[in-house]
Parts: sequence; structure tokens; C-alpha cells
Amino acid sequence: MILNIPDGLRSVTILGGTDKFGAPEPVPSVELRPGDALALVGPTGSGKSELLSDIEQLALGDTVSGRHVLVNGDAAPPTATGLVATLSQRTNFVMDATVARFVTLHAESRGKDARALLPRVLETANTLCGEAVRASDPLQMLSGGQARALMIADIALISAAPVVLIDEVENAGIHKFRALEVLTDSHKIVVTATHDPVLMLMNAKRLVMRSGGMNRLVEVSGQEAECAESLRRIDEVMLHARERLRMGETLTPEDISL
Amino acid sequence: MKLVTVAGAPSVGKTSVILHLAALLAKEGVRPAVVKFDALSSADDVIFREKLGIPALVGLSDYVCPDHYYVSNIEEACVWGREAGADLLVLETAGLCHRCAPHIKGVPALTVLDSLGGVDAPRKMGPAASLADIIVVTKCDLVSQAEREVFDFAVASVNPTAAIVHVNGLTGTGALHLQRMARTWPRVDGVEDAVLRYSMPASICSYCTGERRIGRRYQSGNVEKLVVAKEAA
Ligand SMILES: Nc1ncnc2c1ncn2[C@@H]1O[C@H](COP(=O)(O)OP(=O)(O)OP(=O)(O)O)[C@@H](O)[C@H]1O
Ligand SMILES: [Mg+2]
Repeated sequence: MILNIPDGLRSVTILGGTDKFGAPEPVPSVELRPGDALALVGPTGSGKSELLSDIEQLALGDTVSGRHVLVNGDAAPPTATGLVATLSQRTNFVMDATVARFVTLHAESRGKDARALLPRVLETANTLCGEAVRASDPLQMLSGGQARALMIADIALISAAPVVLIDEVENAGIHKFRALEVLTDSHKIVVTATHDPVLMLMNAKRLVMRSGGMNRLVEVSGQEAECAESLRRIDEVMLHARERLRMGETLTPEDISL
Repeated sequence: MKLVTVAGAPSVGKTSVILHLAALLAKEGVRPAVVKFDALSSADDVIFREKLGIPALVGLSDYVCPDHYYVSNIEEACVWGREAGADLLVLETAGLCHRCAPHIKGVPALTVLDSLGGVDAPRKMGPAASLADIIVVTKCDLVSQAEREVFDFAVASVNPTAAIVHVNGLTGTGALHLQRMARTWPRVDGVEDAVLRYSMPASICSYCTGERRIGRRYQSGNVEKLVVAKEAA
């Protein structure tokens, strides 16, 4: 059953369960509202993907973690779907179509005006990556970065899902900060599992995972916001250098000065 | 005993969907059992026994039409399931032609579709897709969110009332929704007098009895000829 929230999504609440050792999770609950961005951080195996899966399946105390995920403060119907859009390293385009045809099909399936949306989706995608995505490009010819950029623009502007779960979309060659902004600007709740320090600090809050449990909820401090700014510049320089070298150009120290 | 029919083209992921569901159900004390109907060969019974330790049986139709073979053996499958002590019997069918559906009125009906199969896949599955109660879409983790939504739309346009469930065959994410549904499935005491949701095509011609030669001379019984439309030329 497609989850139908008549008055819109106001909040998603994660109520803590137990960690891998059966101990209660130190963070008892996390509440997210439209426009919120949360990073999940922690070493490999600490339970980031498991938490994303709990949100995706709207856990009712019936997953390994024993967590509950509430929608607008209440348990969702047990078989509700359609709440989340997901993006992971494994996600690809499989359709044999041009970008224009693809956007049109998606817009039409959602009962939206494809003509009006296509230029907006392209414009947004093109703020996210270096090489321009064109309406006539076949999906299969897009670079990894272009494909990610298009997927994010499409989720932000066309997808119905109010929650976006991102698992490890790093080094895809896109402007991560803009990507997050595009999604939160369209009032999505964005939860990103990541090992990337730039991405971690771009989220106003981060949830530290340890041994399968929600260990600590940290808000970005003023000092960290400054660090985020510096890290972002480093990241932009890396992206710039990467694009130049990929395009066969040469690099000078000026090109990569911070 | 509860009963569910599971349909889907070869290799769409029926067995892994059933494996994940059965594993979840087994954890809450339900005893699942599986009968796999196939045409030529299947090692699925070994997979179910070895991976989950649950009773499993394979029925091969061999030279008989697989759909007719399936219908002719539903009762026998149920008797076997009850004797095996099953609380939930899964009737999995593969190798069926897309003209048919194994689904039975009053018995939960699940059809598995592969999201890599393209937007025409739901239509091509015919009655198996249009008459199912639940459509499970697999391999969703491999396709973009947009393609997932377009695929769901294609499913809804052939079957507006089916519940659509996305299951990741590798991790099992999504099988939880099936488990929650399975709790509400009715008990079925017997299938005698139960009715298929869709009729099966006639197949009583010389080829049904082993004829292999091509040509009008060798054809007898129920033979339909292709009508060539003017537009074809
Ligand atoms: N609360 C929990 N209770 C029991 N098991 C858990 C819990 N959280 C996670 N696990 C299990 O721990 C294992 C590793 O978790 P997971 O894959 O979520 O880690 P991860 O942080 O995503 O790692 P990576 O950084 O490598 O992606 C999984 O098998 C998962 O099912
Ligand atoms: Mg992970």
C-alpha cells in the first residue's frame, strides 16, 4: 500500500532498540523533519546500513535492532511503502532511453507536467556536476558523475518520496554540498551513511553508530562549521583537478591553490 | 495451514524472495514448506532444505503442459504439506507460459517481477500480474529511484489493486513487509472446489502427444492458424 499522508509528512521518529550485544541504544530517539539532513557515521560494520534499512522498512520492533520508526508520531500501517527514495553505490540507470525520454516517463508516471519539469531537472543536475547533461544524451552514455547528478535532481524535483536514504555515494565526482542542498531545499528528509568527512560536516547533525547502536547525536559546532568550509574548498579543488586531468588537460600549482 | 501461490518468469528471484520470507517466518515459529513446480529440472528443493532446513518438494511436469500439471497436483501438494507439518505452504511455479496464472480465488497470490525486465514486463506477465494480490519487485537496489517509480506505475496500470513490495534478493530488505502480510493470510482447509483466477488454454493436439514433425499433415486436434493481417506486409 502506497503510504498516503493526507496532511503531508511532518516528522519521522526513530525510537531506539538494542545494539548488537542486546544493550539498549544510548540515543533513545531521533526526530527528523522535512528539510533535515542527518549523517550516519561510524566504522565499517557499525550499523549504518542496518539503520537505513530500518527506516526503509518502517521498523515496528520487528527487525534485528528492535527499533520503531514512526511517521508523524504514529506507527505506519504495517505494509506501507513509498515513503523513501534510495540512492546507493549500486544504483544505475538500466533504461534504454534518452535523458529527455526518461524524465518525461517519470514525470508522466507521477502525473506531472513533463515539459515544464525537463528544463528544471537538467538545470539542477548541471549545477551538480562538471560535464553538462543534455536532454538528448542516452542514459547509458552518462558518466558516473552525470548519472548521480541526474538521479539527485530527479529525486528532488519529481519523486514522491518525502525521505531520501543515501548509502555511500562518494567520489562520484559531484558537488556534494549542492546535492544535499538540492534535496533539503525540496523539503526532503535526507539521511546519508558516509565515511567522507566533508559530507559528515555538511549535515547539521550526525548520528554516531557503534556496535549496531545509535551512540551519540552530534550537532555541528561553530568551529566545525568553519572546518566544513575549509574541507569543502579542498573538496572543490579535488573535483576541479579531477575534471581537468580527466579531460586531458595539465595542472599547475595555481590550479589547485586553496 | 496457510497457502500462497508464487508466480514469476524464470530467474526473476522467486526463490530468494521465498527464502527471505521463510527465514523471517521460521524465526517467529511458523513452519513453512515449499512445493516448486517446474518444467524440466529444479534444484530448489535442495536449496530450501539446505539453507533453511524446511520441507521442500519439486514437481516436474516434463512432457505434460506445466500449467495443467500444476493444477492437477495442487491437492496432492497440500496433502504433502499438511503431512510435513507445514503452517504455510508455498506453491512456487516457474516455466509456466504467460497465458496462464497459477493463482487461486481465496488463496493469497504473489507474482514476482524483475525491475531490470523493463516497463513492459508487468503487461507481458499477463494474468499472473494482473490477478495477483501482491506484486514483488526484485533487483530494485540496482535501478534508479525514477525507474523504480516508473516500474511501479506500470505495475499499477495492469493491476491497480495489488500491493507492491520491493524486495532486495541479496539482503532481504523488504521481505519484512511480506512477513507482516503473511500474518493476515487466511487458513485454507482444502483446495477441492477452489477455483483458478484465470482459465487455462486448451492444448489437445498432436504435439501434446509427442508429435515433433512440422506440417499440416501431422497436425490434428485443436489447431489454431495464424491470421495474417494486411498491415503485416
Ligand atoms: N542494532 C543491531 N542489532 C543487531 N545486529 C545489528 C544491529 N545493527 C547492525 N547489525 C548487524 O551488523 C552487521 C553490520 O552492520 P551494517 O552493514 O549496517 O554496517 P555499516 O555501518 O553499514 O558498515 P559499512 O561502513 O561497511 O557499510 C549487519 O549484519 C547488521 O545486520
Ligand atoms: Mg553499509
